[in-house]
Amino acid sequence: MFYREAGDFKTSYRDDNQTFPIRLDRMGYYILMFVAFLVVPFFINDYWVNAVFAPFLIYAIAALGLNILTGYAGQVSLGTGGFMAVGAYACYKLMTGFPEVSIVIHIILAGGITAMVGVAFGLPSLRIKGFYLAVATLAAQFFLVWLFNKVPWFYNYSASGQINAPERSVFGVIVTGPNTEAWAKYMICLVFVVVLAWVARNLTRGMMGRKWMGIRDMDIAAEIIGVNPLMAKMSAFAVSSFFVGIAGALFFAVYLGAAEAGEAFGINKSFLILFMIIIGGLGSIFGSFAGAAFMVLMPVLLKNVLVGGMGWPTDLAAHFEFMIVGGLIVIFLIVEPHGLAQLWRLTKEKLRLWPFPH
Amino acid sequence: MKYSKLAAASITALMAATPVLADLVFPSLSYRTGPYAAGGIPYADGFADYFTLLNERDGGIGGVMTSAPECETAYNTEKGVECYEATKGEGALAYNPLSTGITYQLIPKVTADDIPLYTPGYGRTSAANGKVFSHVFNFPANYWNAASLAVNHLKEVSGGDLNGKKIALVYHNSAYGKEPIRTLEGLAEKHGFELVTVPVDHPGQEQKAQWLQIRRERPDFVIMYGWGVMNQVAIQEAANIRYPMENFIGVWWSGGDHDVAPAGAAANGYKAVTFHGVGSDYPVFDDIQKYVVDTGKAAGNGDNIGKAIYNRGVYAAMLLAEAAKKAQEIHGTPDITSSMMRDGMEALEITEERMTELGMPGFGPTFTVTCENHGGPGTGAIQQWDAAAGKWSLISDFGPSDMELIQPLIDEDSGAYAAENNIEPRCN
Repeated sequence: MFYREAGDFKTSYRDDNQTFPIRLDRMGYYILMFVAFLVVPFFINDYWVNAVFAPFLIYAIAALGLNILTGYAGQVSLGTGGFMAVGAYACYKLMTGFPEVSIVIHIILAGGITAMVGVAFGLPSLRIKGFYLAVATLAAQFFLVWLFNKVPWFYNYSASGQINAPERSVFGVIVTGPNTEAWAKYMICLVFVVVLAWVARNLTRGMMGRKWMGIRDMDIAAEIIGVNPLMAKMSAFAVSSFFVGIAGALFFAVYLGAAEAGEAFGINKSFLILFMIIIGGLGSIFGSFAGAAFMVLMPVLLKNVLVGGMGWPTDLAAHFEFMIVGGLIVIFLIVEPHGLAQLWRLTKEKLRLWPFPH
Repeated sequence: MKYSKLAAASITALMAATPVLADLVFPSLSYRTGPYAAGGIPYADGFADYFTLLNERDGGIGGVMTSAPECETAYNTEKGVECYEATKGEGALAYNPLSTGITYQLIPKVTADDIPLYTPGYGRTSAANGKVFSHVFNFPANYWNAASLAVNHLKEVSGGDLNGKKIALVYHNSAYGKEPIRTLEGLAEKHGFELVTVPVDHPGQEQKAQWLQIRRERPDFVIMYGWGVMNQVAIQEAANIRYPMENFIGVWWSGGDHDVAPAGAAANGYKAVTFHGVGSDYPVFDDIQKYVVDTGKAAGNGDNIGKAIYNRGVYAAMLLAEAAKKAQEIHGTPDITSSMMRDGMEALEITEERMTELGMPGFGPTFTVTCENHGGPGTGAIQQWDAAAGKWSLISDFGPSDMELIQPLIDEDSGAYAAENNIEPRCN
């Protein structure tokens, strides 16, 4: 009744092509932005930012990155954890090498460095596809983690191989290190997420995104109609790795503050992010957020319910958590194989017709 | 975004419902799941049981009840951070995360939040320098002491000379396992032995390649810095290549009963360094049996008492409880804050009389913590596994480690940390 296109007249092509063509969607988006930027920062505390918002926002960036590569361009990658490590170590080396430069620039540069590494490891995608490509990117994962463990230059020759983020500020507000205020930590993640999601959304609905989708759906047909597979695949790897690199840099510098390659960026991370986009929905911006939210928030929520609310022993609760999250993943994928994004899409379809389905 | 809102709303409701604990709170960031649970469970049990004992037998510390709420980290740093933030608000007095990775994460955080971090025998070794690390304590011994103690023992068994010997270090490829390398390199130079490092990646369930390398290199001795499932696999693999067990020596974290038991009789003679007593022949364990296990209040099944890692949990809890008592004395109030707790830890004094009073005569070294020295005396002994009897026994006295070599390394590493983080040295 309220959620409909009817009555919302578009008088220009620009209006017709906007991201949220339905007024209620648009309003929802603006309200969300308002709440995220102007309400949450005033109420957030250390627990919320460290347990909920920072991981959610950072994983959302990583999921967006992987979704561009796997969901839009159809190139399966199991190297996400390794690329995050590149972002983290690049950020660390830049932070300690050039302490006078702003951390924001370092994070973006870390993304750029990761993009270059991603392109290098994406080259095999020109010859191999599907599972074979997955294995090639798996090699990237193991090689990169091994490299960061093996070469002491990457961790500035510290005794333990740990990297620690020194204190850095943006406009005089500390954003890394232990003295960071909760809201500052949240805001820097939020700004990166919003800007990157906006970029991702507009890239994927423009010419570049269409080329990626052409390659994904049928590469030979795409090539025949004039898509250059080299450019399409390499640009997908570059953009995707850029996003993942920024996620890795934020993950290390802002969220954890200290990291070691094997523990923080192992193969588990690659799988976790792959699961996020599968559960959220391949080829969907909303799906990246939904998947990240599901995988990050579900365990925290369950832990709080089972241990905090019901007083279960922690080990029993931890095992149940695995079973419940696992079970939910299976149920979701049976009910809707295209992920949470598709559920959301169907809900919107139904809402448009409600309350008169015919 | 709907999900996050729903989740957020539910968490708020739950967090509001959780009762606030008005005791002396010692959060236990434990791990009873995952590949490191084998060591995490007995430690968490020992830690919790000692505080339960204090409540049941003495009515808490100085008349205030204690609590040790557990939070499951699965040895994972992200969950560790979540646990830290979740328990911080409950009035946590000190943290003991039993993970070097989580320790590195928490060192800057606890300093900012003014909560002491206690890492006995693990964590960042150079935190022993109290001038730089105001809130971190790792008495009575650390990783570098362990490396030195192991080398001292090996020197003794090779007739006082390690010249030309070859020692292999099998280590967990993480911050934890890498810690002793620098010390061992120094010791190798000093004693003239050759050091071969053999990393094992997390979680260490597959070590065929590493032990093949050891078979090829034929080291005279093998030192191991392992944890969790890695220990059992290493000892089994050593048995498979018929490596002489008496030449195989683990750090204290590779010296649990569960580490050697799976290899059966083949593990007989395996050695490990320890910084506290072994076995259950101490009066405190009778008290735990009587007040905690028999009344059904044990954290686990009650079958871990006297096992090496359980004892370490009890020992860590005892030292924290003594520090809390000290803090109560210093500040003259039974309801101490984390800041007062830090003062108590810095003024802690453990005497033989006090340990006898606590039912732990000779269980650990006597020492005094000072502003400069947060690391304790760094003494330790060697324990050896008797597979037939199924227990550890001490084969040496508690001896000193090579502080002449270790202290400069501690100063160097903590100095680098101070420079990186602009920390002014304290205690002047």
